[in-house]
Amino acid sequence: MRAPWQLADPNDPGNLTMLAWTIYISFLAVPVLLLLPKTSSRAARVFALLAAAAGFAVTLWGFAQQQSGALVTVARIPWVPSLGFEYHLAADGVSMTLLLLTGIVAISGVLFSWNIEHRTREFFAFYLALIGGVYGVFLSFDLLLLFVFYEIAIIPKYFLIAIWGSTRREYAAMKLALYSFVGSAMVLVGLIAAYVVAGTRTMDLVQLSQFPFPAHFQMWAFPLVFLGFGILAGLWPFHTWAPTGHVAAPTAASMLLAGVVMKLGAYGCLRVAMTLFPRGLDAWGFHVLGFGSWRDVFAVLALIGIVYGAMVALVQRDFKFVIGYSSVSHMGFVLLGLMTLQQVGLDGAVLQMFSHGVLAGLLFAVVGRMVYDRTHTRDLSELERMDLSKALPFAAVTFVLAGMASVGLPGFSGFVAELQVLIGTWRAFPSFAIVAGLGIVIGIAYTWRAMQKAFFGAPSHSASAPTAPLPPISLAERIGAVILLCASVIIGLYPQLLLRVIGPALHSPLFDGLWKGSGR
Amino acid sequence: MITFNYLDLLHLVMPEVIVVIAALCVLSVDLIFLRGAGTRLRISVGAMLSLAGCAAAIVWILRAAQFASVLDGMLVVNPLAQRMQIAVLVLTILTILIFIGSTFTEHISEYLALILLATVSMMFLVTTQNLLVIFLSLELLSLSLYILTAFNKSSARSAEAALKYFLFGGISAAFLLFGFSLLYGLSNSTNLSSVAGSIQRPFLDPLLIVAIVMTMVGLGFKVAAVPFHFWAPDVYQGAPAPSAALIASASKVASFFILYQVMVIGLADAEGSSAWRGYVSGWVPLAAIVASVSMVLGNLVAILQTSVRRLLAYSAVAHAGYMLLGILSHTGQSLSALLYYSITYALTVLGAFGVVALVEGETGGDRLSDFAGLSRRAPLPSLCMLIFLLSLAGIPPLAGFFGKFYLFTTVMTSTPGTLGLLWLVILAVAMSAVSLYYYLKVLKFIYVTDPPTGAAPIRVSILKQVVLGLIALSVVLLGCAPNLLLRWL
Repeated sequence: MRAPWQLADPNDPGNLTMLAWTIYISFLAVPVLLLLPKTSSRAARVFALLAAAAGFAVTLWGFAQQQSGALVTVARIPWVPSLGFEYHLAADGVSMTLLLLTGIVAISGVLFSWNIEHRTREFFAFYLALIGGVYGVFLSFDLLLLFVFYEIAIIPKYFLIAIWGSTRREYAAMKLALYSFVGSAMVLVGLIAAYVVAGTRTMDLVQLSQFPFPAHFQMWAFPLVFLGFGILAGLWPFHTWAPTGHVAAPTAASMLLAGVVMKLGAYGCLRVAMTLFPRGLDAWGFHVLGFGSWRDVFAVLALIGIVYGAMVALVQRDFKFVIGYSSVSHMGFVLLGLMTLQQVGLDGAVLQMFSHGVLAGLLFAVVGRMVYDRTHTRDLSELERMDLSKALPFAAVTFVLAGMASVGLPGFSGFVAELQVLIGTWRAFPSFAIVAGLGIVIGIAYTWRAMQKAFFGAPSHSASAPTAPLPPISLAERIGAVILLCASVIIGLYPQLLLRVIGPALHSPLFDGLWKGSGR
Repeated sequence: MITFNYLDLLHLVMPEVIVVIAALCVLSVDLIFLRGAGTRLRISVGAMLSLAGCAAAIVWILRAAQFASVLDGMLVVNPLAQRMQIAVLVLTILTILIFIGSTFTEHISEYLALILLATVSMMFLVTTQNLLVIFLSLELLSLSLYILTAFNKSSARSAEAALKYFLFGGISAAFLLFGFSLLYGLSNSTNLSSVAGSIQRPFLDPLLIVAIVMTMVGLGFKVAAVPFHFWAPDVYQGAPAPSAALIASASKVASFFILYQVMVIGLADAEGSSAWRGYVSGWVPLAAIVASVSMVLGNLVAILQTSVRRLLAYSAVAHAGYMLLGILSHTGQSLSALLYYSITYALTVLGAFGVVALVEGETGGDRLSDFAGLSRRAPLPSLCMLIFLLSLAGIPPLAGFFGKFYLFTTVMTSTPGTLGLLWLVILAVAMSAVSLYYYLKVLKFIYVTDPPTGAAPIRVSILKQVVLGLIALSVVLLGCAPNLLLRWL
């Protein structure tokens, strides 16, 4: 079944059925991994790498095919016919961007977990189950299916952190699982309500997005669903799972959490909340404490997240907490970009999802894998005495580049993304743009501080210098870092590569409701 | 005088007859031929005979769909009732499979015969729409279950649980009989549809209200809804694992089915409404109160439990609350949602008891710490337990998720045009978010905590692995492809 606007598309993007294999490969790899011989952790690693690489190859191929950004059906078969649910996979420019991100982060995550020796098979089994769920979310265009994949992603996160994590791992894992589950419970109520109110016995996103839900219904359903997804996107003040979760998680899991899982939340906000219930963004018609609409409320929360995350990152003593809070700050830009309801702001938000996914993954890899696994400390004042720029020059260079990229140095992806968000914000809420700019300045400060303390601290006296030389950076780590850095640089130099597919996607009929109402 | 052919009647109740014959065969073969034989052989022979009986009954039912309603609704045979019989029989088969290898009793044939008798009573229960037969079948079911609970004679817990179960059960049966007698007095009939026909009034008769409350008390006890749940934790903890599994699975399915029949068919037109700001008195508001209290209390108290069996008991209370939502929404779709939920729930909890039995056999207890590091000692049962508990928590793509989703959707659609029951759905979804905490707590012990030092891998028999694996597989399959079951309901 093809919708009319797809036929009208001059450069028909062709057949994308292969994309569904990203999901199948990841899930099929799980039982295979569990059946591998117990003794050989190397076999598990190599197999996981192959599975992740295959998924990445498919997303790359799909990205090359998908040149228009329009919605293309990948698979569509009835699932529960009596209730009108479908197994409907499709991809548009936004999903393509995030699929690509997932592929990149997944493969580099495996490379950065090359040193996992404890219950290796299970580690990669949970890891790939999580990846499969994430691919599924980005490809689903049936709301129930999307929700199913969204929840599948919760459970592996719990085990990855609880079993292989560090600081307060069980607490952090449970906190993360419960926050996610509460968020998804809110989403579930919203989805059931939408299904019932529409009464058309369909969960198809395209059809439901055309359904004129009553304005008063959208007024409560929108914040419910947006908040539900927003929890996973690190929306202040529901972000507290994020720093503790990131810090406790093993490196690959932090990379996935910050790199991809937080994007699930932001993607849900855009794809579900804003697409289904665009009237929920309209003005209430009255003001409470200066807020005139849910849009104002969430924009302010996002803004607080930007500044608060940056300020808290500035005073952390644990290296990983710095990156953890910086994620909250950067995700604030995504949510702020969404709330601008400007083309440029939304473009920036999606681009920022990609950019932050790559860069946060890289930063966590440096902190968790390159530094912590070797020095066994993340305390900045201890790292200060180790003179790591000499001991681990590759880590130092990578961190400098990644740090500069994430604070928005031109030439890296962070710059184009945050600039677009700021332009959008300037048009929508001029005063907010100034505060958000302040957030960027603080961002430079905490990155600088962390960089200096961790890598360029002068060794106070020779006695406390590390006695044994640290193991050198392995090849796997180098490849992983290079993949992530390349992604950031390529998009930084040529953002059109992604914007070309994001732009048309945001103008597909799916978002009609959003643009119609935004003659604000 | 009604005249009918006894041969026809025999034909209609043939599945029940087959199971009774199987029970008698099990008893006689064991007592006559196997007096001196070893326990293993006696269990194998007894189990084989019982399984053959159940399988024969299923085959008989599958042979032909029948429609009949004889003797004023005493026996109502239709495809739906027949499918319920099949569900009960399948759950019994699984229970017997879990029983194989147990060592808690010497009286194997008696135990199996009681399980089969309980099954027969459940089969009668789902094929009747007559107050009298409902009561009789419930009593036969309860009596069998009391004895099954007390069967572990070496355990004081088992005896205590059975006594509690019996005392509470006796009182609740009295309530139920009182309620039924009032219904009979009001309507001069014991057939559910004629009861419904003759209690129609513009407003509720005070006597009818008493009857509704009494009936709810009696049946609320069977399904372990708050505040009639006090027996559940003790029975779940004290009873031998297969008995507890039967109580938690097949008996739940049958009881919910009959609760639906009594309320929706027998008390039609006395429903009332529990919509937000649209309260109308009737049995629905009562069910809504019981349901919400069960969901809240069951889930919150389960958090505090350190015994996995007690945890399953409180989670059963919570699940009873969810299932009551299916009854109180009483649309055409709600029966299908209720049955899907109860059958998948029964399967899941049966599997969970299978794993608990396994762990108890090895470590001698069902405390959380006894499960420590199970994933290293018994990988396959641990994986099955992961699937069962996540399904109970309602995580997709497992059957428990779709059951919840379907049920909640049905509840919302039952008040077209308004979202009157939204408050119940919000409560239920919020409570299932709470439930994830305690299920994850069990899984944490299984997967995260290290096994006690020197703990050897647990040897699990091939049969157990196959049974548990099959149950787990069906939970996953029914979740991924709900249509497999839905089109039968």
